[in-house]
Amino acid sequence: MASSAPVIEVANLSKSYGDVQAVRDISFTIDPGESVAILGPNGAGKTTTIEILEGYRTKSGGSVRVLGIDPEKAGANWRAKIGIVLQQPGAFEEVTITELLNQVAAYYPHPRPVSETIAAVGLTPQAETRLAKLSGGQRRRVDVALGIIGDPQVLFLDEPTTGFDPEARREFWDLIRSLTAEGTTILLTTHYLDEAEHLSDRAIVIAHGTLIADCPLPELGGPEARTPLVRWQDDDGPHEVRTEDPGQVVYDLHGSRQYRDLEVIRPGLEDIYLSLLRAANGSDVTNVASSQEAS
Amino acid sequence: MNIPRLGAVRTGFEVKTYFRRTDEVFFTFLFPVMMLTIFATAFSSMTMPGGISASEYYLPAMVASGVLISGMQGLGIDVATERLDGTLKRYAGTPLPQGAYFLGKLGKVVVTGIAQALLLVLIAAVAFRVGLPSDPARWLTFAWVLILGLVTCGWLGIALARLPKTVKSTTAVVLPFVLILQFISGVYLPFSQLPTWLQNFAALFPLKWLAQGMRSAFLPDSWASVEPAGAWELGTVALVIAAWLVIGAVLTRLTFRWIVKS
Repeated sequence: MASSAPVIEVANLSKSYGDVQAVRDISFTIDPGESVAILGPNGAGKTTTIEILEGYRTKSGGSVRVLGIDPEKAGANWRAKIGIVLQQPGAFEEVTITELLNQVAAYYPHPRPVSETIAAVGLTPQAETRLAKLSGGQRRRVDVALGIIGDPQVLFLDEPTTGFDPEARREFWDLIRSLTAEGTTILLTTHYLDEAEHLSDRAIVIAHGTLIADCPLPELGGPEARTPLVRWQDDDGPHEVRTEDPGQVVYDLHGSRQYRDLEVIRPGLEDIYLSLLRAANGSDVTNVASSQEAS
Repeated sequence: MNIPRLGAVRTGFEVKTYFRRTDEVFFTFLFPVMMLTIFATAFSSMTMPGGISASEYYLPAMVASGVLISGMQGLGIDVATERLDGTLKRYAGTPLPQGAYFLGKLGKVVVTGIAQALLLVLIAAVAFRVGLPSDPARWLTFAWVLILGLVTCGWLGIALARLPKTVKSTTAVVLPFVLILQFISGVYLPFSQLPTWLQNFAALFPLKWLAQGMRSAFLPDSWASVEPAGAWELGTVALVIAAWLVIGAVLTRLTFRWIVKS
């Protein structure tokens, strides 16, 4: 662990299912201690990508290294160093949280102490409760406890808060942030912008299997995407001007001609994200990827 | 990783989970006990081939049936469910060796199967006044046929768990194998009353030999003349069951995957 070599290295990764190309030519690296979100709409290829990194799926092309090893060929020693938070209801109904974690801890060479892990996910009051009797949010916390019981160097979470109520999401985010503070490298997928904003130093945006951005969220879309927009209508139709000085534009407009429906817009993160996705929906995806330089 | 130690840890977890599942306790653990009660009661006025009572005939039959149900039906449904509900996917993401998982499953079958067989013997003796053998050699036969049978049926159950395609269909896929084997192997129907061709067919499978081995432990030696060969054939019993153990283990080795990587 002394080296600061990347924890995850993905180069020109692609994956096809028959004729369908789910992931095309994706490359990124993640350094130790980073917390990164893979962001994208449903069906963008997020789960395919993270499952290739977890060793659950095979790749069609490119190269993938997690902790220096190709997950497809990894063995038990590698799995002892990674943590996976799966989204799967129904398993282990009959045992208590303590019984389950004691059991799974035995598989790992250097597990976290069980009661400490239960405390970390906020389930100490339910420690002796059987899983069948837990709420959905509590079950999810058990999933996280299972992911971190082996004291992993990397933790993967696939859409961890889907189906949560707002309060449960807040609590879950606090939990993940505490893991980041401990130095765990985290890669999660989400389709919630606010989740990526809260949990990640960096967002990797995927749409239609293609990487369209890889940068800290505040830099998404590059400086140009944040430039205010002035919009108005006149007899020639709608107009739109991007400007650093919207006041001057409005002033000139006011003095010179007829206009209606005047708007000055300062694009928010969601606007930027959605316009990125819209741009990606068009065929020319590569231009948008210039925002990669921001990282 | 220390596979035997982890296998013991898994066995403890499996046994605990098993006895907390009411459906499993009822349809796997207690089912042969109920069947023994039904047969012994329903046929109480009947005399079975060889001049013995129904409860005497059905004790070894239900012990053999319990071995098949605990191993093949129990694990067939259990492992198929774990494969299809994502439990195995979870294990795939941990360093748990497959060998330790198998040891835990077989350990559960051996522990619960022994408890089940002893419960059957106890109920037969207490409730139906079946005389128990006093010769230690017969108990030794009971012990090795029981344990060899449990391990063999356990492997066959894990191999069979490959077949179901949805969680809902696991029981429907596994049950026919178990039921048909019981009907043709002298468990529900006295073996000597089956047509010879069916006897020959059943002799290809382990349950017929398991039941015969159990009869040799519990029935008087004079009863051996009712067997098709006129003898207990314990050597063949061991050979056929062991052959199926190898078949089950090899099939599992060839077909078992935590997950099918796509």
